[in-house]
Amino acid sequence: MNVPRETMKNMLPEYDVIVVGGGHAGCEAAFSAAKMGSNVLLVTMNLQNIAQMSCNPAMGGVAKGQIVREIDALGGGSGIVTDKSAIQFKMLNLSKGPAMWSPRTQNDRMRFAEEWRLQLERTENVHFWQDMVNGLLIEDGKLKGVKTVIGMEIKSKAVVLTNGTFLNGLIHLGEKNFSGGRSGEGASYGITEQLVDLGFETGRMKTGTPPRVDGRSLDYSKMEEQPGDENPNKFSYSDHTDSLSKQRSCYITYTNPKTHKVLKGGFDRSPMFNGSIKSKGPRYCPSIEDKINRFAERDRHQIFVEPEGWETVEIYVNGFSTSLPEEVQYEALKTIPGFENVKMFRPGYAIEYDYFPPTQLTHSLETKLVDNLFFAGQINGTTGYEEAASQGLMAGINVHLKLQGKEPFILGRSDAYIGVLIDDLITKGTEEPYRMFTSRAEFRILLRQDNADLRLTNLSHQIGLASTEQLDKVNLKIEQTNALKSILKKTSVAPDEINSILESKNSSVIKQKQKANSLLVRPHISMSDMRSASEFLDQKIKDLDPTQDALIQAEIQIKYDGYISREQENALKLNRLEEVKIPPHTDYSTLSSLSAEAVEKLTEIKPVTIGQASRISGVSPSDVSILLVYLGR
Amino acid sequence: MKFENPDDTICALSTPQGVGAISLIRLSGKDCLSIVNSVFSKSLETAGTHTAHFGTIKNDKQILDEVLVTIFKNPQSFTGEDLVEIGCHGSVYIQAQILKLLISKGARLAGPGEFSMRAFFNGKMDLSQTEAVADLIASGSEKAHKLAVHQMRGGFSKEISELRQELMNFASLIELELDFSEEDVEFADRTQLENLINLVDNKINSLLDSFSYGNAIKNGVPVAIVGPPNAGKSTLLNALLNEDKAIVSDIAGTTRDVIEDVVVLDGIEFRFIDTAGIRDTTDVIENLGIKRSYDQIKLARIVLLMVDLAGSSVLDAIEQVKSFREDAISGGQSLVCVFNKIDEVDENIGESLKSEGLVISAKSKLGLTELREKLLQEVGEEEGEGGVVVTNIRHYEILQKCQVSVEKVKLGLEAQITGDLLAMDIRETMNLLGEITGEISSDDLLGNIFANFCIGK
Repeated sequence: MNVPRETMKNMLPEYDVIVVGGGHAGCEAAFSAAKMGSNVLLVTMNLQNIAQMSCNPAMGGVAKGQIVREIDALGGGSGIVTDKSAIQFKMLNLSKGPAMWSPRTQNDRMRFAEEWRLQLERTENVHFWQDMVNGLLIEDGKLKGVKTVIGMEIKSKAVVLTNGTFLNGLIHLGEKNFSGGRSGEGASYGITEQLVDLGFETGRMKTGTPPRVDGRSLDYSKMEEQPGDENPNKFSYSDHTDSLSKQRSCYITYTNPKTHKVLKGGFDRSPMFNGSIKSKGPRYCPSIEDKINRFAERDRHQIFVEPEGWETVEIYVNGFSTSLPEEVQYEALKTIPGFENVKMFRPGYAIEYDYFPPTQLTHSLETKLVDNLFFAGQINGTTGYEEAASQGLMAGINVHLKLQGKEPFILGRSDAYIGVLIDDLITKGTEEPYRMFTSRAEFRILLRQDNADLRLTNLSHQIGLASTEQLDKVNLKIEQTNALKSILKKTSVAPDEINSILESKNSSVIKQKQKANSLLVRPHISMSDMRSASEFLDQKIKDLDPTQDALIQAEIQIKYDGYISREQENALKLNRLEEVKIPPHTDYSTLSSLSAEAVEKLTEIKPVTIGQASRISGVSPSDVSILLVYLGR
Repeated sequence: MKFENPDDTICALSTPQGVGAISLIRLSGKDCLSIVNSVFSKSLETAGTHTAHFGTIKNDKQILDEVLVTIFKNPQSFTGEDLVEIGCHGSVYIQAQILKLLISKGARLAGPGEFSMRAFFNGKMDLSQTEAVADLIASGSEKAHKLAVHQMRGGFSKEISELRQELMNFASLIELELDFSEEDVEFADRTQLENLINLVDNKINSLLDSFSYGNAIKNGVPVAIVGPPNAGKSTLLNALLNEDKAIVSDIAGTTRDVIEDVVVLDGIEFRFIDTAGIRDTTDVIENLGIKRSYDQIKLARIVLLMVDLAGSSVLDAIEQVKSFREDAISGGQSLVCVFNKIDEVDENIGESLKSEGLVISAKSKLGLTELREKLLQEVGEEEGEGGVVVTNIRHYEILQKCQVSVEKVKLGLEAQITGDLLAMDIRETMNLLGEITGEISSDDLLGNIFANFCIGK
């Protein structure tokens, strides 16, 4: 039978959104846009490889853990997938203030990928197609869909590009280099070239990964065990996941002068040093050769041995990222305590790929040049699963809102790390792969992992992403937190109840009754101290029967009230400038009083508000004043 | 950039800085009426909007100046807030004293463009653009000021950049422990942090001292006069003083036996410092004097070399200038050569020396106009547009605020509060200092961390 070409239209009809790429950004983009009601097609080169953890099998960490909590609070999928595939949980930085507490998990790489795929499969409106997109379908200057390498044209109203490291990916291993997007997977061609023709600027970035080895060949007795937390927490605020009942440990070992000698012996064949890699890699994630080269005085570097899953024997050698020849990698590994008989599964390698300077985007992650085209993840010059996932989520939300003719959903710098991330990217751009650090957020005391739900779930519910069930849970938390705060404010504690505890904590004793909340403010005094001091207080709290989350929340809000309110005031000041909008088609060259540099930068970035303009490097306070004068007229 | 608290009452000099007939100081904000009322000779409590009041500004009992106070009540003012303008006499000293007094009563110096910004937020920006741009002059002069400060004090900008570095090092150590707690690097212990913050504190204190208000007013432009005792230095000074009917004072300088004479030319203070002169000698005492001369020359902005034409031949005179230029001038000072006593020698000699410097006679007051012009010209080239004194106070005020936040950091360290909370006060210090030292961004901090610590598992 002769199948007519028109059948294509039934096979792959016109979609609302096509998401190109199935990594962390692509999955979140497809998930959120579909949950909100868009009809989504996820196109990826290999459906077996959805949601790969291309680097280490871990999620979260300092600043990144906060991002995962934010994704979950907004109704994204990464938190749930992470919990379901976790093999170890640790809350980092517990000795510091609550803004620094940072959740991190080790994950089962294969389970992680499977959980994401199943989560997408369970999501209505998400469709799949395995193919390589090699161009956009553009008719009369309008985006109409994508073209694929097997010659198909798939129509859609909007496209989200999440190509990761695949665009013209070039893998370096010693003196060899070959095209590829990831170990064992081919690179993607055509998209960069077409975008450049359309007027986009592009650049190259570099990243690297360490070798994977056979766990059966390691001697763990020579390493230091790193178990998970005794009482593991989890990422998702929802009840859809549980905290771990058993965990797997990581291990720590160190390189030594022998290791460094072997590695140095291969430097002349290193693409890092012989000039074959020219693009910029992240300074905070250097290769082992970079570390011994730049910090020559150090005679050892830490190696973090991470299991890749519950069952698999494959091991990730964190801290040993390298692109030296495979035999040099092997010889060097053998000098490390516990690795004497090591067997390698895969060598480490470096990869160079195309990215598009993110100053070409608006706050909604839509490109300024092509309507309805959105970018998310490493294509924007970021690094990290969490950074990619959060951009995917925001692109998914905003592509849906755009198609519905609604206002974009933009998080401010005092709302979320995600807000800081996107504002930094589109306002300042990035020269090296961008990773989130808490120091990038000026209001980090407000952006805690314990309150991401309080900050964001309501906002997300308003735009139709976070579920009502999610919001109800947040409202209960707020209710209970306030009730707890009021109990502590009203309950007085007598000297004979509390003084022995105060003494034991080197805190000055009290002479007369004092309110419980004023004692809780003291350093080293905790909610449980207060409860064990006052039976009355303890009973009051028991009667309320709050969730653990609410208890922690109330304690943090009371204890750090001074700092939190100060930071809130600072944020308010900033927000005043964020509310002053600059008209989109402002011609800065006509404002003669502006400095030449300011005109150039403002014209390139096209800031939306005075606040954003003030953060552009090269725009001075007097330039801002001139803009204000101009806007006032 | 950042904006300070919009609820503060701000003040600033609105007319160009320098000596003139009158100057205008402007205050805006909710407390401006009560602040002015507290230092004005008459009660302004019942004064209506758009009224002018003549009286005196007093610091306790001491009268600073006779002034005209004009009141504009919100919303009928430039900024849309309560606004007061004080018209005072146009002396640098008076302007600065009044501003200092207003600050002590609770006002704060306005940031660049802050009056316009308030006008904007209060919907008042339909006024002419020129008024707003006047605000910008303050920010422009900050650059000029930096340059002038650099020239004048030499070591100042070095100290500022050292302070910036110390602060950055301290902040980096705190951030290191927060963002990179999982890394295998050595974290700073308490003693180390205490030492570092003390360094920052000391730097701020020494800057406050060197920058104290009195100094800034007194400093003027240091001019070292170099020449032997018989070259006619005092005759020249007297001539300059008399001609200009200027304020004359003898101020004991920092060094016991250095005499300073202050001459105000065109509103700019010139501080003449007499030095012993420089020549080869084996006399121990004289050598000490010569060393001191060199020190004075280093501190000066302008070096006035006086050559006695009556005591030396033309060739000699040229040779003296040449060797002096080679030996003594090491910093960025400008050298002005003055050949004195032209009235005592052949006039033709003067012609042959004109390319080398100014030919004058202090006694007969010949060539003094040219000398004055030359001195002003030397200053003008480097000074840019005025604003020196005001920005001085501004910096002084910033440094004082920094001192307060550094104190908070120290208390926090003592109380062992955690790094993330300490960092709030450090950020405040960095934001404040950013206006003098250049901003320290989170990228700078991260860069500093990556450069000094091996980050990245």
